Amino acid sequence: MSNRIKELFQQKNKNILSIFCTAGFPNKNDIVSILEHAQKNGVDMVEIGMPFSDPTADGPVIQYSNTIAINNGMTLKVLFEQLKDIRQKINIPLVLMGYFNPVYQYGVENFLNDANACGIDGVIIPDLPMYEYETMYQQMFEKYKLKNIFLVTPQTSTERIKKIDVLSDAFIYIVSSNAITGGNADIQESQEKYFQRIQAMQLNNPIVIGFGIKDKSTFDTACNYANGAIIGTAFIKAIDQSKDLENDIASFIKKIQA
Amino acid sequence: MSENINSKYQVNEKGYYGQFGGAYIPEMLHPNIEELQQKYLEIIYDENFQKEFQQLLKDYVGRPTPLYFASRLSEKFQTQIYLKREDLCHTGAHKVNNTIGQILLAKRLGKTRIIAETGAGQHGVATATVCALMNLPCVVYMGEVDIQRQAPNVKRMQLLGAEVRPATSGSKTLKDATNEAMRDWIANPTDTHYIIGSVVGPHPFPDMVARFQSVISEEIKQQLNEKTGKENPDFVVACVGGGSNAAGAFYHFLDDEKVQLVAVEAAGHGVHSGKSAATTQLGRIGVLHSSKTLFMQTEDGQVVEPHSISAGLDYPGIGPMHANLFDTKRAHFLSATDDEALKAVQLLAKLEGIIPALESAHAIAVLDRIGAKQNDVVVLNLSGRGDKDLDTYIREII
Ligand SMILES: Cc1ncc(COP(=O)(O)O)c(C=O)c1O
Repeated sequence: MSNRIKELFQQKNKNILSIFCTAGFPNKNDIVSILEHAQKNGVDMVEIGMPFSDPTADGPVIQYSNTIAINNGMTLKVLFEQLKDIRQKINIPLVLMGYFNPVYQYGVENFLNDANACGIDGVIIPDLPMYEYETMYQQMFEKYKLKNIFLVTPQTSTERIKKIDVLSDAFIYIVSSNAITGGNADIQESQEKYFQRIQAMQLNNPIVIGFGIKDKSTFDTACNYANGAIIGTAFIKAIDQSKDLENDIASFIKKIQA
Repeated sequence: MSENINSKYQVNEKGYYGQFGGAYIPEMLHPNIEELQQKYLEIIYDENFQKEFQQLLKDYVGRPTPLYFASRLSEKFQTQIYLKREDLCHTGAHKVNNTIGQILLAKRLGKTRIIAETGAGQHGVATATVCALMNLPCVVYMGEVDIQRQAPNVKRMQLLGAEVRPATSGSKTLKDATNEAMRDWIANPTDTHYIIGSVVGPHPFPDMVARFQSVISEEIKQQLNEKTGKENPDFVVACVGGGSNAAGAFYHFLDDEKVQLVAVEAAGHGVHSGKSAATTQLGRIGVLHSSKTLFMQTEDGQVVEPHSISAGLDYPGIGPMHANLFDTKRAHFLSATDDEALKAVQLLAKLEGIIPALESAHAIAVLDRIGAKQNDVVVLNLSGRGDKDLDTYIREII
């Protein structure tokens, strides 16, 4: 069976809308209905955040959602239980994203096995470096048919980007600026130059831009340079303390797609 | 200080001590860490670097610090106790050995801005001090809780021209200050150097900080030889927060297995009280602050918030070098409670006229249980002085 991420990019190569959402936020059992509403409203792919107490690459909003989720009792065990039958309802690609330690404690192989069993398509672990991935985990990822998705930042050298392109087999996550998640500025000229540089490299893998994508305007700009973009912090804010997930998600996504 | 060390207790070329260490960094930090990994040894063993470093340690820090035979303390514990007086370093603790080294390195890397994390405030003060010395802007992250309990150090940093930024997430202590400093570095990768304050963080920080602190054991060897005719003590005792003063005190004795290394952790209210920072007893292997090491965590891998009366030991983990020393049983890990540390403060003050830092007091507190005999030579690394803890001493003791 082919991978859902690869199918998505084969069918659609522009304006791919992806959202990031922390599992267990705002309430412990919300993830399934968030996925349903996202799919219904035309979201192309979802990154499901696995909460961690010390998310060093994230800003205050995502850290806050992590804290709430942990306090709600979210763990990987709970998450896999919630996602057990998810493929009966959801057919868009799903990616798990989170820090390495909870995965390491769960057991990397157990984690990959259970993620695969739920129908997860890919994994993003920002603090699992390329060296450790290649020497210890790459074969395991392949065995369980999960795509490992790497990040590229404005500081990543051309040589390293080429290596990442070789190691990747789904898409490459382009971090928009030298910043943690949740930046508030609009996209600057220097960032557009960086996007152009990546675009000009003509990588084999599709590219998706994330960090600081927060509304229609930043989404559209990002999509000028990439196959799509990921919205995290702004989505977390939109559903924080939501009393009506269905409505809040629909109106948030409509504004992006307007 | 010599570049080549061939020891099974030292870091290997991949940045690991046994199974511990590595550089589990997000991609955003990759260029910075790679640059450091490639250049740090070349830079710090450059002749000019060494000249400047040694000169500053001598004239500015006040090294060598004395190795003092504590006769009344020795009498009390029926053994031969020498105190390595890191408390007499400029700024009041061993931390400055590292910040001098790292600021010289930062300058050679062309960095123009310095950030640091701090717990007790000693590393923050030591960083603010060298930034003043080298005329570089300095931002120190400090947990909100620590800002309150170490208020005099906050004022000292400000007087030295540093900006102190509160870390308001999590337990609002050292681990959270470290998170904030990492975030700052991610946002400012080109102009900024992050002076980590202990032997923690991604490779090469643990090894680099240990090398800068290794001057402690280098001096101990020489001073002990002058005083007793032999270079090696029977015991070296040091407290462990992240582990930098212990790393420095142990460094040149690692391969002399006859020297018993004793590391002392903070037991807080008691190891199993739920309010403790005794990492080796309560922790498991995992990845925290970009290093695979031992730290306190829940079953599903969330970091557990530690407790110690001493802000400098209030950290959920230990550095990878110490994790390996524990794992291989090369060092013996003991712990002391808040109350035991406070008693040790009084003991040293009354017997020797020295008021130690709360961190260092943890090392003194275990002197009755290390198993030293009458003629054994015990070197205790007195990592810092107690000025910063006076508020706590007034509240808890006097
Ligand atoms: C006086 C003193 N001793 C010890 C420590 C603990 O740190 P480390 O274990 O890195 O020596 C600190 C930390 O702030 C300190 O100020």
